[in-house]
Amino acid sequence: MTVTAAAPPRSPRPAVSDQDLRSLLLIRHFERALLRLFERGVLSGTTHTCLGQEYVPVALSALLRDDDFVFSNHRGHGHFLARHPDPDGLLAEIMGREGALCGGVGGSQHIYHQRFLSTGVQGESLPVATGVALKLAGTGALACAYIGDGTWGEGAVYEALNMASLWRVPLLVVVEHNGIAQSTPTSVQMAGTIAARAAAFGVRHHHIASTDVDEIRAGLAPLVDAVRAEPSPLVVEFATHRLGPHSKGDDTRSPEEIRRVRESDWYDRYAEADPERFARIDGEQRDLVERVVAEVSARPAAPAASAALATPSPEARP
Amino acid sequence: MTRVSEHLNQALHDLMESDPSVHLLGEDVSDPYGGAFKVTRGLSSRFGSRVRSTPLSEGAIAGVGAGLALAGDKAIVEIMFSDFVALAFDQITNFAAKSTSMYGRPVPVPLVVRCPTGGNRGYGPTHSQNPQKHFIGVPGLSLFEMTPFHDAGDLLTRMFELARPCLFFEDKVLYTRQMHDTGDLFRFEVTDDVARVYVDGAGPPDCTLVTHGGLVHRTLDAMRALLLEDELVCELLVPAQLYPVPHLPGLEDAPHVCVVDDGTEGGTWAAEVATALYPRLWGRLRRPITLVNSADSVIPAAPHLEREVLVQAGHIRAAVREALS
Repeated sequence: MTVTAAAPPRSPRPAVSDQDLRSLLLIRHFERALLRLFERGVLSGTTHTCLGQEYVPVALSALLRDDDFVFSNHRGHGHFLARHPDPDGLLAEIMGREGALCGGVGGSQHIYHQRFLSTGVQGESLPVATGVALKLAGTGALACAYIGDGTWGEGAVYEALNMASLWRVPLLVVVEHNGIAQSTPTSVQMAGTIAARAAAFGVRHHHIASTDVDEIRAGLAPLVDAVRAEPSPLVVEFATHRLGPHSKGDDTRSPEEIRRVRESDWYDRYAEADPERFARIDGEQRDLVERVVAEVSARPAAPAASAALATPSPEARP
Repeated sequence: MTRVSEHLNQALHDLMESDPSVHLLGEDVSDPYGGAFKVTRGLSSRFGSRVRSTPLSEGAIAGVGAGLALAGDKAIVEIMFSDFVALAFDQITNFAAKSTSMYGRPVPVPLVVRCPTGGNRGYGPTHSQNPQKHFIGVPGLSLFEMTPFHDAGDLLTRMFELARPCLFFEDKVLYTRQMHDTGDLFRFEVTDDVARVYVDGAGPPDCTLVTHGGLVHRTLDAMRALLLEDELVCELLVPAQLYPVPHLPGLEDAPHVCVVDDGTEGGTWAAEVATALYPRLWGRLRRPITLVNSADSVIPAAPHLEREVLVQAGHIRAAVREALS
């Protein structure tokens, strides 16, 4: 049976800290700003926004330690901002401006900052995360890898889960199951379920339908502790919703379907729960992102890549 | 005298003993099996969990190795037959190699992927290739090959010092040969990290051959026949680093250069060597550099058919004779 991303049960008054709300709204406004910048023709290449999914990395961030290693994917801005609230560095990277996190070489999908690393090939990070987790085993730290439902089409996922389970490594696989892989509904790209696939490898699986960060954390905290202490791998599957297009302007879903997705958005629910506080922080973060956009847009281009592209030991041709 | 496989095994023992950050992973590498070609024999008994026999998952093995490297350790990954390194192409080229530079600063990825390679053992089309050519020109990736003349311990240390992923090819027939053995006609020296094999006291050569480790003995057989039966003096250069193509010393006065490469024709290492040499030797060369490659063919299992496809001493001798005729 295929897991469909059902609308989460509504918790009428989700209690959320100012800090979490700031993080959620920073990501929301950052992603919206990116889509606007694209419309204006100021961004090159492509981008994949996580609109609607912001609460996943925000919920996770409080459960992660500084010595954990986080692996992210093509849709990684939220993963990054929830762990490192540095919208200037990230936007500079996406825009190829001075102060870019990775010199403008990596762009939206290839960020390596402290213990955060993203790559753009589906499933590629899981074996690497397993290797890092092998090194971290016993230290209490873990490797956390964000993947999507579409990623489960890649064989690398299964090779890695098999080894992670056999070798008992602290690997936390966070699945953002948004029900759609680019334009393909999960129902036509995944046989069976993620839960059953995890079970096949003897890997614990935890399903989360809530969008309430505190509720998510409460359920997850003991499981994440076990990942560290045992150590052992864990697959956490979020039933979530991608509000925006896969990248930009490439949404082929019906208006009805998009409307249903919007109904599941955390944004309105959090706004209703505490309108005054929400409006204040929402305004602050909107302004913050606008300032960042203005400031980074005014920066000169990132310096020439020659120095940045030097590999650890460049070899001269004869 | 030491067999090349024993020499490699000793080098791995020494490296893991001297550097506790080195891990080794691969299929069936643990004792008592010790690897399909016994190169990892004794390592798991001695170094415990730093040596792991893995599931049949070349892609993930390479990825785990890259992960260990990223986390500050060093990893040696064994691909049982180099043909299977195709299964790790994404991890090696898209992750390990790119990671050294795609994050805008040099990121060390000390990862050595050992690839037992080559044919002439009757293993057939999927267990006999020399896939080096598929990895030439990948930014951030270096290619090395074991030779009978280079110390394996030095090579492993050098590859790790590069701090970027390296493929290390080890010819499966070479495993069975002795280190440093050139027969009675030839002597060798290692200059600028390239082994030069020459006929002692024979004067300037008529032709300088360039080849990789796995072809050394077939090339020496050809050189012997060329000397004794055709009265042509050849010398041989054998670099351990295949890519980037290193400086090949002493070619300025060579009347003719012939590059011998066991990879099948088309997009070859030999062509890459010639591309590096032409600008340097242009104006001195009397004729085009001769390239000798295996045929454009899958590698048959039956020994008589396999011999026709892969480069043999007779092919090399004929190519040199023809060029100099």
